[in-house]
Amino acid sequence: MAGKRFQVLQGNEAVVEGGIAAGMRFYSGYPITPSTEIAERSALRLPQVGGKFIQMEDEIGGIAAALGASMAGLKAMTATSGPGFSLKQENIGYAAIAEIPIVIVDVQREGPSTGLPTSPSQGDLMQSKWGTHGDHPVIVISPSSVQECYNETVRAFNMAERFRVPVIFLMDEIVGHLREGCELIPPEELTISNRRVDREFNGTLAYAVQEGNYVPEYAPFGSGDHFNVTGLFHNLDGFPTNDSEVTDSQERRLLDKITKRRDRIEKWEEVDTDDCEVMIICFGGTARAVEGAMDASHQYDSVKIGMFRPITVWPFPEAALHKILKHNKHLRQIIVAEHNDGQMILEVQRLVEGTVPVTHLGKIDGTTITPDEILEKIKEVY
Amino acid sequence: MARTEVRMSGSGGQGVIMGTIILAEAAYEDGKQVAQCQSYGPEARGGSSKAETIISDNRIHYTKVKYPDLLLSLTQLSFDKYLPDVKDSTIIVVDSSIEVSEETKKAHKVYILPILDAAAEVIKNKMSANIISCGVVNEILHIADWDAIEHAVLNHVPKGTEESNLNALHYGAKMAREYSEN
Amino acid sequence: MPSKLIENTMRVNRLPHIWCPGCGHGILMRDVAQAIENCGLDPDKVVIVSGIGCSSRAAGYMNYNTLHTTHGRAIAFATGVKLANPELHVIVITGDGDATAIGGNHLIHAARRNIDLTVIVFNNSIYGMTGGQYSPTTPHMEKGTTAPYGNIDYVFDIPKLAEAAGATFTGRCSAYHAQQAIKLIEEGIRHHGFSVIDGVSVCPTYYGRKNKKGDSVKMLNWQKENFVDVKVAEKLPPEKLEGKTLIGKFYESNDKEEYTDMYMNLIERAGGNK
Repeated sequence: MAGKRFQVLQGNEAVVEGGIAAGMRFYSGYPITPSTEIAERSALRLPQVGGKFIQMEDEIGGIAAALGASMAGLKAMTATSGPGFSLKQENIGYAAIAEIPIVIVDVQREGPSTGLPTSPSQGDLMQSKWGTHGDHPVIVISPSSVQECYNETVRAFNMAERFRVPVIFLMDEIVGHLREGCELIPPEELTISNRRVDREFNGTLAYAVQEGNYVPEYAPFGSGDHFNVTGLFHNLDGFPTNDSEVTDSQERRLLDKITKRRDRIEKWEEVDTDDCEVMIICFGGTARAVEGAMDASHQYDSVKIGMFRPITVWPFPEAALHKILKHNKHLRQIIVAEHNDGQMILEVQRLVEGTVPVTHLGKIDGTTITPDEILEKIKEVY
Repeated sequence: MARTEVRMSGSGGQGVIMGTIILAEAAYEDGKQVAQCQSYGPEARGGSSKAETIISDNRIHYTKVKYPDLLLSLTQLSFDKYLPDVKDSTIIVVDSSIEVSEETKKAHKVYILPILDAAAEVIKNKMSANIISCGVVNEILHIADWDAIEHAVLNHVPKGTEESNLNALHYGAKMAREYSEN
Repeated sequence: MPSKLIENTMRVNRLPHIWCPGCGHGILMRDVAQAIENCGLDPDKVVIVSGIGCSSRAAGYMNYNTLHTTHGRAIAFATGVKLANPELHVIVITGDGDATAIGGNHLIHAARRNIDLTVIVFNNSIYGMTGGQYSPTTPHMEKGTTAPYGNIDYVFDIPKLAEAAGATFTGRCSAYHAQQAIKLIEEGIRHHGFSVIDGVSVCPTYYGRKNKKGDSVKMLNWQKENFVDVKVAEKLPPEKLEGKTLIGKFYESNDKEEYTDMYMNLIERAGGNK
């Protein structure tokens, strides 16, 4: 059923195919627009590869069952949209502290609450990082094409398994419902990371890590190691504790797991950033309008435009941006284009520290930013 | 081919979304880049519905259609709704049940074809209007090789209707060809 | 010195437990452990899943694969564990608030699916961990810190709720009647389908004190005097059963196919066993 190597697929469908190529064998979720095609295709495709699909009674059950399956050793995913993403937040934190690999897809929709269910938006960018309470590690990836939905879902699973963290796949309706050609690269031609299991600590010290490692490598349930998993701060054997030293060391390790491995996690795209005068920073489906604007501007021999696009949006590719700021002597203006009222711009302003003017091009009416609007914005500010 | 944008519109249930998917798959199989989009939600249930396919030899950046190169409408309601979003060079294809003003006829290349009647009376399958439309569009724009578009049709039609749908495809092409010749 | 049962089934270095003196949960936890032993399950294949609350701390003490999850979600997590690996014996230890208030939706839907989980509700009729608020099983007009004028809510009858929702095994046991409890839990584990057992505990600290029920001994004695085995009850006239609580196995049916069995068939039909 995976069928031909080259197919026209929807972004949402490509996520499922990428997941299956990466080894996903469990999906649990709840229907919600505009992510439902992910559940539908998982229901069809997973049993064909011996995997499991279950439609749970609610969004919270959707992530909870996926986490249970992950504890039993399967690569697991759940997908949702706005309201469902809010409902899943508590268990995203649980995945973070208990260090259970999982991929959570959020196909964003416009506005708070029920909002505009089928409209493009990127209003969950900050929620994807800070949505669950407390300091916690999370990796967030945002694709801008159907092919990237496929390839980056593979990377999302790889990082979830490798770092034992929740990885959020932050999509927008532009990409989720778009149909494009997609190469279904078979698993044997992909880099696939599987969960590492290290039973040297005799299984009971599930949360102990080897020197220089930040990731506990406990075995799945059923392997013979009788350890405890909890959302409370815990000792190395997973048993709850209130000890402030243990709490600090566990929390630090959780965060270090990401911050000390940024080089393996960050990913971005740069177009003409060496010598552009105006650099547009964007992510996800917005990039398509930015690219459209760059196409149009080539025809008019106008100002030189570049694009910087984080693919891993959290952690934000800080070093890459700093490098551009340091080396590009022509850069006069940065425009952050995003389908929200100003979220990524906060991170950009923090990193640019006033060295280059930063302006915002946002849209929150449920329609897409167009190439014309980007060109107009450039004229306005440059 | 240069970036070419097709918008199909009609009423919910006429299969215009499937029509654009078939065009996209055919063009992709023929080695072109494609992007297909459609309306969702309440907009997609009853009332007027639309879907678009963009075809190009080069990478397609922006994936939305503003002013299509070809607008095809199967109902008056959808035609009236999307007629304002055309450019001078837009080719217009409408079912013969639709009234088109003289002004529009002067300003555009217009094909007025009995697509719905042909589906009901010639193909004897009302559900084949979208496939007839694919034949019309491909005859006018040469999006894909006919083999490729036949494949794409066969990928999407119910078992037992393969032959009648292929007839529908070629009947559409024939109507467009004869219309041009007249 | 811990008994042989405790040594075999508990994380002895984590004892004593955090429950208050006189709490019934320790007895119920021991009953669960004894039932697992009696069933002869391979401890490596036993998974204990719990939610949040006093009851759910049990998971941490039990020497199996243990998953202490989020409030209300134990059954949903357990559903994922079981479906992912049907070879595992998945037992859920939860509380009255955890299972029937915040997690009520998961309880009824797991029952509807008839997935092979054994759910034991450590039911102390109160939210203990947060200090004594009324729960869905706090009796009508009794008190909690959030029901200072008496609780006007009515209670859930957990076995009836589960049966109506589709569970294929239901029953009730008590902290006092330990032998019967072990046997019932054992049967629940052996049952191939969704089993729900209402394990009536005692909370002398909050529920008992707030409602002047006396100390733990008095509360356990009350169970002794007022709980009647369902089989004995069948032979008693109605007037003798007034104000009594029934315990024992209430319902068992093997008519409905179990969920993970059906899913394995589905995989077969989809061609996924190649």
